[in-house]
Amino acid sequence: MTDTPARATGVSAAAPASQDAAPADHVVSPLVEITGLRKSFGAVHALQGVDLKLAPGEVTALLGDNGAGKSTLVRCLTGVHPPDAGEIRFRGEQIRFHSPDDARQLGIETVFQTLGLIEDLPVWQNLYLNHELTRGFGPFQLLDKKSMIAQSRAILSRLDVNVPNVRATVRRMSGGQRQCIAIARAANWGRTLVIMDEPTAALGVRETAAVEELIDRLREASVTVLLISHDMAQVLRVADTAYVLRRGQTAARRAVCATTGDELVGLITGAVLGDAHA
Amino acid sequence: MADTQAPGRLDPGLSFGAAARFAAPIGLGVVFLVFFIATPDFLTMSNISDLLVSASILLVLAMGQQLVVTVAGIDLSVGSNLPWSAAVLGYAYTSGWGLTVSIGLALLAGLAAGVVNGLLVARLNMTDFIVTLGTLSVVSGLTLLLTSGNTVPVNSDFLRGLAIDGIGPLRWFWVLAFVVAALVGFLLYRTRTGTYLLSTGGNIEAARGVGIHVDRIRLIAYASSGLACGVAAVLFVARTGGADPSLQTDLLLSSIAAVVLGGSSLFGGKASVLGTVTGALLLQSLINGFTLVGISQYYQPIAVGTVVLGAAFISRFQK
Repeated sequence: MTDTPARATGVSAAAPASQDAAPADHVVSPLVEITGLRKSFGAVHALQGVDLKLAPGEVTALLGDNGAGKSTLVRCLTGVHPPDAGEIRFRGEQIRFHSPDDARQLGIETVFQTLGLIEDLPVWQNLYLNHELTRGFGPFQLLDKKSMIAQSRAILSRLDVNVPNVRATVRRMSGGQRQCIAIARAANWGRTLVIMDEPTAALGVRETAAVEELIDRLREASVTVLLISHDMAQVLRVADTAYVLRRGQTAARRAVCATTGDELVGLITGAVLGDAHA
Repeated sequence: MADTQAPGRLDPGLSFGAAARFAAPIGLGVVFLVFFIATPDFLTMSNISDLLVSASILLVLAMGQQLVVTVAGIDLSVGSNLPWSAAVLGYAYTSGWGLTVSIGLALLAGLAAGVVNGLLVARLNMTDFIVTLGTLSVVSGLTLLLTSGNTVPVNSDFLRGLAIDGIGPLRWFWVLAFVVAALVGFLLYRTRTGTYLLSTGGNIEAARGVGIHVDRIRLIAYASSGLACGVAAVLFVARTGGADPSLQTDLLLSSIAAVVLGGSSLFGGKASVLGTVTGALLLQSLINGFTLVGISQYYQPIAVGTVVLGAAFISRFQK
């Protein structure tokens, strides 16, 4: 178990790792490149040729109306659904996920809309869920509580997440704190890519601001983020690039600094014709 | 969960909730006090010693039940799994297969029933209480087939020694029950598997989301409960000197009651090994005291049921 503490140093350690794949041409080489992705469920064609590139260390927003294929795309990217056609390249190599475990192996972590924290477990156990540090070997592995508690504090303070007591159960936390813990967990283990599915959908104004600040800090730490959001203002605030899906196809790709909320809304509804296969 | 929670900070105004958390120890204290006043025979060395011996069987069963309840399940099959394992032990022993093999087969028989439960619940996603209710009936039928409905006597000096002797003042039954409880506590609070058991019970979608193999974890819980039935069956045969296929269905309710009394949530995700131990002791003391005082046996199920209903009522305040 010598590799686990090293991985546990998380965000700061992950940053150089995600870049050293292409140190020279980091502008060009995308972390994830999806081309012509198709997925159907019976007669429902959820994805009909989606193209998407995620630049390393950037926050990419994924927009689209209900049924545009956002969730299906994310599920293909996290190994839940195998795509029917098209390819997913990860750091230039074509990959095929057979299960969510495969995606996790590559350091892809997801923050779900419905949180995914265990309320009756303390914060530190949630942060280390399925990544527990242990001592001993073979069938006699004991949880290394001390290290996990200490490093949980480090993980949270590095991301400036305000949780006074990591030994308290998640049940005692506010909605914003919970979402921040869930994101911190994903960022810590998602060494290459963190996918967030509407992370602020259920939060109040102040809590939303805290989560957005956290996303900014992830960018500063060079974590690649794919952000699914319905909130145009939020996308304009936190994302670098926005992709719009419409009826299972990529309708447009826009640099956030060169677009407006109105244009994005138009692209989503189809009022503005996209430049498909951007 | 005491050792994973924030150190002793209770919200003020939750005094009823706090009382609910300590329902089992408070109840145990009350029962001891009442019977101590009612009869001089209760608080004697020999009676307490016997009480703990009979509590050991319930305790082992309740520990298995504890694991299943932790993953938000329930195992109703323990009611017939224990007589089944006992019958296998008796059958194997009277067939002349030797005690070691017979005990091994009894443990295996209990484990097998647990694994079947686990596979049906976890892999086929069938409802836990229907599945275990079904196996409760199937296994009791198997037991009757195996024994033709007759009690199988088991005459073994080793088993008799297990029931009567011990290390110094410590009876073997206590030692065994302690070891089982310690193992379950260790599993729950000190190992990954324990964390996954608590997570699976607490929020199965979230557990699946972080990549925990929840099916395997639920299977482990039911299989452990089956194995616990096997262990309890060995103790049971040692204590009664035989396998009676028709007896001990009240242990089913008591095993669930002990877990509920101990403060574990039937919705899963919360476990308290110490609480369950206390709950088992409370129920056994109640039955023991009733017998000593000379209250008719017919009142015992009423008393146990009332305690269980009381515990269920109190657990409403445990949020």
